[in-house]
Amino acid sequence: MKDCPPVARRDVPDEVNQHAIETAMNQVNPAGGAGPIIVLEGVTKRFGDFSALKQVDLTVGLGERVVVCGPSGSGKSTLIRCVNQLERHDEGRIVVDDIELNDDLKNITSVRREVGMVFQQFNLFPHLTVLQNLTLAPMRARKMPKSEAEEIARRYLERVHIPEQAEKYPAQLSGGQQQRVAIARSLCMQPKIMLFDEPTSALDPEMIKEVLDVMIELAEEGMTMVCVTHEMGFAKKVADKMVFMDQGEIVEVGTPTAFFSSPENERTKQFLSQILAH
Amino acid sequence: MTVNWPRRVVILSTLLAVASCGGNYNWGWYVVLPSSKQGATNIQFLLGGLWTTISLSLLAIAISVLIGLLVALPGLSINAGWRRFNRVYVELFRAIPILVMLLWVYYGLPVVMNIKLDVFAAGVIALALCDSAFEAEIFRGGIQSIARGQSEAADSLGLSYWDKMRYVVLPQAVRRILPPLGNQFVYMLKMSSLVSVIGLSELTRRANELVVNQYRPLEIYTFLVLEYLVLIMIVSQGVRWLERRMQADERTGR
Repeated sequence: MKDCPPVARRDVPDEVNQHAIETAMNQVNPAGGAGPIIVLEGVTKRFGDFSALKQVDLTVGLGERVVVCGPSGSGKSTLIRCVNQLERHDEGRIVVDDIELNDDLKNITSVRREVGMVFQQFNLFPHLTVLQNLTLAPMRARKMPKSEAEEIARRYLERVHIPEQAEKYPAQLSGGQQQRVAIARSLCMQPKIMLFDEPTSALDPEMIKEVLDVMIELAEEGMTMVCVTHEMGFAKKVADKMVFMDQGEIVEVGTPTAFFSSPENERTKQFLSQILAH
Repeated sequence: MTVNWPRRVVILSTLLAVASCGGNYNWGWYVVLPSSKQGATNIQFLLGGLWTTISLSLLAIAISVLIGLLVALPGLSINAGWRRFNRVYVELFRAIPILVMLLWVYYGLPVVMNIKLDVFAAGVIALALCDSAFEAEIFRGGIQSIARGQSEAADSLGLSYWDKMRYVVLPQAVRRILPPLGNQFVYMLKMSSLVSVIGLSELTRRANELVVNQYRPLEIYTFLVLEYLVLIMIVSQGVRWLERRMQADERTGR
């Protein structure tokens, strides 16, 4: 499998290259332009006797924004966790950025470097400062010199609107700030795809907006995103594609307009009526 | 909070001395008091084992921590074969009494494998092997106590297994396992006295030798107790200092 763009991007000169950073950070993916960047074919995942995913097919194009929703236990999280192989799938094919995810651990590591993930519980490293949280992966996994990693980290902190928190420890920040740090930490690896696993579900209501704002900005810049979320306002605003899951299957896929105004499937209708009721 | 350790030791030893004044035994503290020339020579002889005890314990604990970590990691693998290796190692070495291990390494290895070790090396190896099984369990517990999300976050960032351990999991685990690690260190320091049976001239061996030509076992063994007491107090203080330092490092609320 070819692995061209990541290799080329890792070839950064030792001194801080202002222009290269600028270009990398403002890279805009043409929405829907190129072919699919994520392909799932007949993906099945079992936990013991329980099938969390049953023969799931899904493609995500470069620059596409996909929102996955569905009742709890429907397999939404398992789906996106298979994309970066936090869960190994039992059957089917997963290809991310032209790299097939099989038993080759090298493939898994190279895909993970191209795919950022934001978790419900933030999962920041509590023993490291915000800045260290952001620079760890670029320095270790990308072999980036410290000065360059810090420069990029500070810019991303600015992009998530908390440049002043760089020297603090995660526990000193609010939930919303922590989640924004987590987003910045993933962005520091300059991923091609961002996965969000219920990023606002653990937040107090007044902090949800600041996180969603950052995600909307990211979407407007053309990032390929797959979001598991119940924030339907966000979905209407940014999604190119809505995916509804139930009992380990993708029940319905559609544009947000069609999905919200005229859902086809009975289960989708029922779900939407429940979450949009008030 | 400053603790006057010399004063505490003096108080403790006075208490010990007073407690031992009951009964009909005719104490002869002169053997371990610097007031007489003989006493001073005896003390010098007894303290001569200090460095051996310290270096023996330090080396053994360092090696056992290293082996313990290397044995603990396979125990957390998803691969059943690696986990079985961990189980077998821990169960086997945890079951061997230190004294038996010591005799086996010192007297058994030359016969079975033609490996002749000097007493110090044999002592270090026997202590380290026995202790490593306990260290492995301490590490395994500590690493398991770190939330799964930490490991997943490190994985999702593309960190290698070793980078994940080195920079994310172990620094957090070490904070939690410091108290049991300190415990093991104290235990090791005490168990090093067993190496006296194969003839290593450490604290206990020297006390034994002195008893044979001074005929004052109670006084000499009391002095020996104090020697270990001082060493262990130093270790405890060191561990507590480390704990405080690491807490200050984190400066977090949780």
